[in-house]
Amino acid sequence: MSRLLQTPFLPSVSLPTKTRSSVPGFRVKPRIIPIQAKIREIFMPALSSTMTEGKIVSWVKSEGDKLNKGESVVVVESDKADMDVETFYDGYLAAIMVEEGGVAPVGSAIALLAETEDEIADAKAKASGGGGVSQAPTSSPPTAAIEAPVAVEKKIAAAPVSVKAVAASAVHPASEGGKRIVASPYAKKLAKELKVELAGLVGSGPMGRIVAKDVEAVAAGGGVQAAVAVKEVVAAPGVELGSVVPFTTMQGAVSRNMVESLTVPTFRVGYTITTDALDALYKKIKSKGVTMTALLAKATALALAKHPVVNSSCRDGNSFVYNSSINVAVAVAIDGGLITPVLQNADKVDIYSLSRKWKELVDKARAKQLQPQEYNTGTFTLSNLGMFGVDRFDAILPPGTGAIMAVGASQPSVVATKDGRIGMKNQMQVNVTADHRVIYGSDLAQFLQTLASIIEDPKDLTF
Amino acid sequence: MQSALSISFSQTSLPLANRPLCSSNAAPSTTPRNLRFCGLRREAFGFSPSKQLTSCRFQIQSRRIEVSAAASSSAGNGAPSKSFDYDLIIIGAGVGGHGAALHAVEKGLKTAIIEGDVVGGTCVNRGCVPSKALLAVSGRMRELQNEHHMKAFGLQVSAAGYDRQGVADHASNLATKIRNNLTNSMKALGVDILTGFGAVLGPQKVKYGDNIITGKDIIIATGSVPFVPKGIEVDGKTVITSDHALKLESVPDWIAIVGSGYIGLEFSDVYTALGSEVTFIEALDQLMPGFDPEISKLAQRVLINPRKIDYHTGVFASKITPAKDGKPVMIELIDAKTKEPKDTLEVDAALIATGRAPFTNGLGLENINVVTQRGFIPVDERMRVIDGNGKLVPHLYCIGDANGKMMLAHAASAQGISVVEQVTGRDHVLNHHSIPAACFTHPEISMVGLTEPQAKEKAEKEGFKVSIAKTSFKANTKALAENEGEGLAKMIYRPDNGEILGVHIFGLHAADLIHEASNAIALGTRIQDIKLAVHAHPTLSEVVDELFKAAKVDSPASVTAQSVKVAV
Repeated sequence: MSRLLQTPFLPSVSLPTKTRSSVPGFRVKPRIIPIQAKIREIFMPALSSTMTEGKIVSWVKSEGDKLNKGESVVVVESDKADMDVETFYDGYLAAIMVEEGGVAPVGSAIALLAETEDEIADAKAKASGGGGVSQAPTSSPPTAAIEAPVAVEKKIAAAPVSVKAVAASAVHPASEGGKRIVASPYAKKLAKELKVELAGLVGSGPMGRIVAKDVEAVAAGGGVQAAVAVKEVVAAPGVELGSVVPFTTMQGAVSRNMVESLTVPTFRVGYTITTDALDALYKKIKSKGVTMTALLAKATALALAKHPVVNSSCRDGNSFVYNSSINVAVAVAIDGGLITPVLQNADKVDIYSLSRKWKELVDKARAKQLQPQEYNTGTFTLSNLGMFGVDRFDAILPPGTGAIMAVGASQPSVVATKDGRIGMKNQMQVNVTADHRVIYGSDLAQFLQTLASIIEDPKDLTF
Repeated sequence: MQSALSISFSQTSLPLANRPLCSSNAAPSTTPRNLRFCGLRREAFGFSPSKQLTSCRFQIQSRRIEVSAAASSSAGNGAPSKSFDYDLIIIGAGVGGHGAALHAVEKGLKTAIIEGDVVGGTCVNRGCVPSKALLAVSGRMRELQNEHHMKAFGLQVSAAGYDRQGVADHASNLATKIRNNLTNSMKALGVDILTGFGAVLGPQKVKYGDNIITGKDIIIATGSVPFVPKGIEVDGKTVITSDHALKLESVPDWIAIVGSGYIGLEFSDVYTALGSEVTFIEALDQLMPGFDPEISKLAQRVLINPRKIDYHTGVFASKITPAKDGKPVMIELIDAKTKEPKDTLEVDAALIATGRAPFTNGLGLENINVVTQRGFIPVDERMRVIDGNGKLVPHLYCIGDANGKMMLAHAASAQGISVVEQVTGRDHVLNHHSIPAACFTHPEISMVGLTEPQAKEKAEKEGFKVSIAKTSFKANTKALAENEGEGLAKMIYRPDNGEILGVHIFGLHAADLIHEASNAIALGTRIQDIKLAVHAHPTLSEVVDELFKAAKVDSPASVTAQSVKVAV
């Protein structure tokens, strides 16, 4: 959707001057000047406070029709209701940019309104010239830069060993070798909501069907397109066994960082956290686009706010800095390596914005468009391999930061309670690696205790 | 799928107000005489002195039966005619036959009812009644699962779960209870319940089992069975009809529902509440094609879109194979127009809800030269059966699903009562436009009369104007108190004379709210009169009140209504 918003129509710069530049002679006529600026855009209106995009139910008017101020032009379906949208100006409906059935984000242009009949052609040219993206009814979610099925490279946090795996397309008998996607109704709905591409996803349902939890796992894992049930591990196409391959730039950088990390004396502290409440919260708000990654980042940031030393960094071995902002970096495996997009000020940004930000960062990361400040300003790093079923692991501390937390899968566990009963709880193990020059065992212990209390009673995460 | 059969009365608690005045000195009778299936009943009790007398006589008789014997004595069941075994023979003891039988006894006819299966028919055993039990469960599950909703009330509920067998038992227990009530009500009145498949042998002659009986008039009320289109193999386990689904033997993870009418919608409500995901397969281009377009649009937004449901429209399920040998249920979809293959679905179960087919085979219709049309028995507006030559068959009537006029339980009952009225000497034509229908989803949908497009078409043909009045549940205090503000009521009417053409309601308890409108249509009450009636505050009925008040009618209120007002 972010790409849709980049259409030149959003900031209502009127283009007729440009389209007319081929005939500059006319522009000097003063009478025409006021008319020139009168190709107006009809925007997708915000019909409710929660509306982010609207669907065009029907165009009441068609191209070329004369419109009077106050007349209905189009019927828009929001998340709540169908509403008639009126024009605020007289004129002619020059060009329809989003056809019936199409979806457009709030604020984007859906049609052009020309003041005079003569300008209809100009407006049409303008619409077809720049409106390419928004013109297509986006009933199918924009594929953006995600190409599927992709060869997914799994990387274990900072460890430079990579396991190459091809996400076998659903082994459902009806999927015809991946050509057809067999997904349950709710999985499809969720995929659309969470903008997850179903193609290439491995289903864990009956006969390889994609079910809701597969989609959730992908969304929670920041979009890593593989599920736990990867059955077939095949060498990625194009790998020549026995050959020597020079490092790519990224691999070189990772390698340097890993060696550098050996100069830092690190130690580890682990903790088991009950996630029932967090899972329940996630279930409740995931429909609003909240991802598990964002929730974990948020919880971590809130805990860091109470323990600034864990958010500090020591570079020279003589002094250390209490970082002024809490920037949580989250490790993401991408094609050809590993990157750590940063959620800046994660303690202050609300969970919904944080989730949107995360989505944007992941998309950018996949498209290799992250700006340096979006991946190297982290003050604390999160690495989550829970979606692969990893229950615990150990992360290497990235140089320049104080600590990194390795997050395992949340799994149902049998636990004994203090009153002598046995119960079932979802628990996950976290393991923090820290720089012992500045962060001591008790610091980490207290930090983890705070984090556990936040996750076990997550009401503050949504404030 | 709906009926007025929500009568869980207890036999001992008869409200006195329902009894005729003259029997007030009698000991409380255990005869469940307040069984009502439609508004016509009220007329039957009558207000004229002569009818009051009839009613009295009957009441005393029936009490005497109670004292002497519980079951069939002919004393209460009218005196037998001279040349016939019975005055009235009804083939089929469903809700239609039952309604007719009760009314016939009241009219003093000696009545027999023939049933080859179980008393109660589709409605009680495989339709409205057990489905309402399942929907009652699904409504509660929905509420308990809706944390947001609960939180808005300040309630805290831990995870809601259910026991499938417990839910299934509730449905079958309810069916048993209602069936017993129905049986007892007929036995108590002395209706002869004859067991066996009934068939017409000739004019006024009926066979059941090996017995032949004669009757002055005969009503066919054999009902319907689920319709299964060809190409679909029903195994009763993974490919099922509503008959099987109501037993709730399993709750599949993913069920395809073929048909998005009442039956399909209600089951989608049940299944999604119990955790299934649903795929609708609809042959027409729109889901819920039978409803007013505006209502179905809103209903889709509330009942389909936010739930775990997806759909394919404009397609036929040309072939459905049950799950076997480890393979899932396979559904082949073809384009409804071009007949080209479109898609294949693999699901855990498929429910065939493509409507119902009349159950008229083996009725011996050939003996009286009646030719069915797609299985339906042709009748005129008085439910008199029409034979192959277009002539009326004397003394033979057909009511309910078997005639296909309006396949609703309460319509069958109303038709039955209408027939009894005719055979007892009072001409009566049932106004089908006044028969309400309801779909018991959460929230419910109800309607009576014409849809907006139908009304507009009629208006164009007959040259009158049509207006629409609409109100929202959002403005209703009671609905807001329940946190159920989602809903719409819509009335289509004639602004020139205030006639109500149709009312459609989608919202909390819509099925209960429709009757004010349906009664107004049945009695010919005009908007300008009914809008002066008072509704208790705060109640959901104010939604309908608002509707009447929102209407702009040119004619003034009639004099009678005003005089009634003065009298009150």
